[in-house]
Amino acid sequence: MNETIALNLRQAGNALRAVYVRELAAYFLTPLAYVFIAIFLIALGSFTFEIGRFFDTNQADLAPFFLFHPWLYLVFLPAIAMRLWADEARGGTLELLLTLPAPTWSLVLGKFLAAWTVAAAALLLTTPIWMSVNWLGAPDNAAIFLTYGISFLMAGSYLAIACALSAVAGSQVIAFVLSVAVGFIFTAAGLPVVASGAASVFGPGLAEAMASFSLLTHFEAAQRGVLELRALFFYLGFIAVWLAFNAIWISARKGG
Amino acid sequence: MQALKVDALSKSFGPRQAVRGVSFDVCIGETVAFLGPNGAGKSTTLRMIAGFLEPDSGDALINGVSILSDRTRAQLGLGYLAEGAPLYFDLSVRDFLGFLARTHGLTTVAARASIARAAEDAAITDVLSRPIETLSKGYRRRVALAGAIVHDPPVLILDEPTDGLDPNQKIAMRSLIARMAKQKAILISTHQLDEVEAMCTRAVLIDRGDIKADGTPAEIAGHAQSGKLEDAFHALTRPEKAT
Repeated sequence: MNETIALNLRQAGNALRAVYVRELAAYFLTPLAYVFIAIFLIALGSFTFEIGRFFDTNQADLAPFFLFHPWLYLVFLPAIAMRLWADEARGGTLELLLTLPAPTWSLVLGKFLAAWTVAAAALLLTTPIWMSVNWLGAPDNAAIFLTYGISFLMAGSYLAIACALSAVAGSQVIAFVLSVAVGFIFTAAGLPVVASGAASVFGPGLAEAMASFSLLTHFEAAQRGVLELRALFFYLGFIAVWLAFNAIWISARKGG
Repeated sequence: MQALKVDALSKSFGPRQAVRGVSFDVCIGETVAFLGPNGAGKSTTLRMIAGFLEPDSGDALINGVSILSDRTRAQLGLGYLAEGAPLYFDLSVRDFLGFLARTHGLTTVAARASIARAAEDAAITDVLSRPIETLSKGYRRRVALAGAIVHDPPVLILDEPTDGLDPNQKIAMRSLIARMAKQKAILISTHQLDEVEAMCTRAVLIDRGDIKADGTPAEIAGHAQSGKLEDAFHALTRPEKAT
C-alpha cells in the first residue's frame, strides 16, 4: 500500500512538472502572456495615476496603486485561466490528459501554478512604481512588501475560481463570464455598501460573516500594514477549496 | 501471458446500457480486433480500460494491475490512442512526445532516447521539430501513435487508428502495428474488415454492449455461409435503428 502511495506521489510530481512546463510554454511561446501582461500594466497604470491620483495624494505610499488590484484581477485573471480546462474539453485532449498515469489533482495544480506564474510576472513588472515611491519619499517598505504578498495570494484566489469554472464550462467564453460573476460576488461582499445593506436585511452577524468571505476584506487589512495570519489562511484555504472543486468537477467527467 | 484482462465491464448512460458485462483478454504477441457497428459500445469499453470512464461494474487488469484500485500503476503499463487521436496542436512533435515521456516518469536522458525510438517506429523523425498544427492527417495519426508508445508499454489500445487515412497511410500504419505486435498485447478498434484479416490474430465482435463472437478472423467469418468476414459481421450485428 505504501509503495502504491509512493508511486502515486512520484507520478503526481512528474505530471505536475510536465503540465506546468507545458502550460507555461503555451502562455509565453504565444502572444497570450505578453498581451495579458501589457494590457494589465497599462490598465493598472491608468487607474493608479488617472483615477487614484497617485501624485496628488502627496503621500509616499502605494495606496492608490493597490486599491485597484482586486478589481483588475476580477476582470483580467479569468482571461488567462479560462482556456485551461475548457480548451482541453473542446479539443478532445481531456481524454489524453486523464489517461495519463497521474492523479487528477496533480494536473489541476500544474495548470493553476502556470497561470499563477503569469500573474506573478505581471505583478513583478509593477515594481518600477515601488521604486518611484522610494525615490520620491520614504514609504513603509515592510507594509508595501506585505501588501504585494497578499495581492499575489489574492490573484491566486481569483485564478482558482477561474480554473475551477473552466472545468465546468463548455467553452472559454462561458468560463470567463462565470468566473467574473463569481469573482464579483466574492469581491463585492466586502464593500461597505453591500455590508450595510446585508446587515439591514439579514442582521449584522450574517453580514459580518459574508464580509469575512470577501477577497477584499483581508486585502484591505494588509494595506493598513497589518499581517493577519487569518488572512494568510483565508487566501490559501480559498485557493485549496476552489482547486478541490476543480479536481472534483474534472473527475466527475469520468462518470460519463 | 494475459497482459490485458477485461472482466465483466458494464456501463450505462442514463437509461441506456452501453456496455453489458464485456469480458475478454489479450496476451502478449496477440493483435486483437475489437469490432462492432457504430454505437456498439467499443469506444466506451476502451475508455473504461484506459481509465477515462469509470465502469458501473467490472474491472480491467493491465499487466495484472486493476485500473480501478491501482489506476496510476495500471496506466503506466498502457499505451492508449484515443478516438480521433487528440493532440496539442500548438506544440512541436518533439515537445509533445517529451511531455508524454515526462508524465510517464522518464528522465530527460531516457526521454530523449525514447522519443528517438518512438519517432523511428512511427516514421516521423523528419517532422520532429515541426508544430503539430502544420502536419497532414496521416502524420498527426502517427504522432499520436508515437505518443502512445513513447514509454514502451506492454499493452497498446488503439481506437480507430486508421480512420480517415488514405490507402498509403493505412499501409504504413498497419506495417508499424505489425512490427510491434510480437512484443506487445494490442487491442485495435476498427471498421476496416480487410485490416482485421491482414493483421489481427483474433477478433472480438460486440453489438449493443454484448459480445457476439470471439475467435480468429476465420472462425468469425465462418458464421456466414459465404465465409466472408463482412457477411458474418452483418449477420451477427443488427443495423443501428434510431430509438
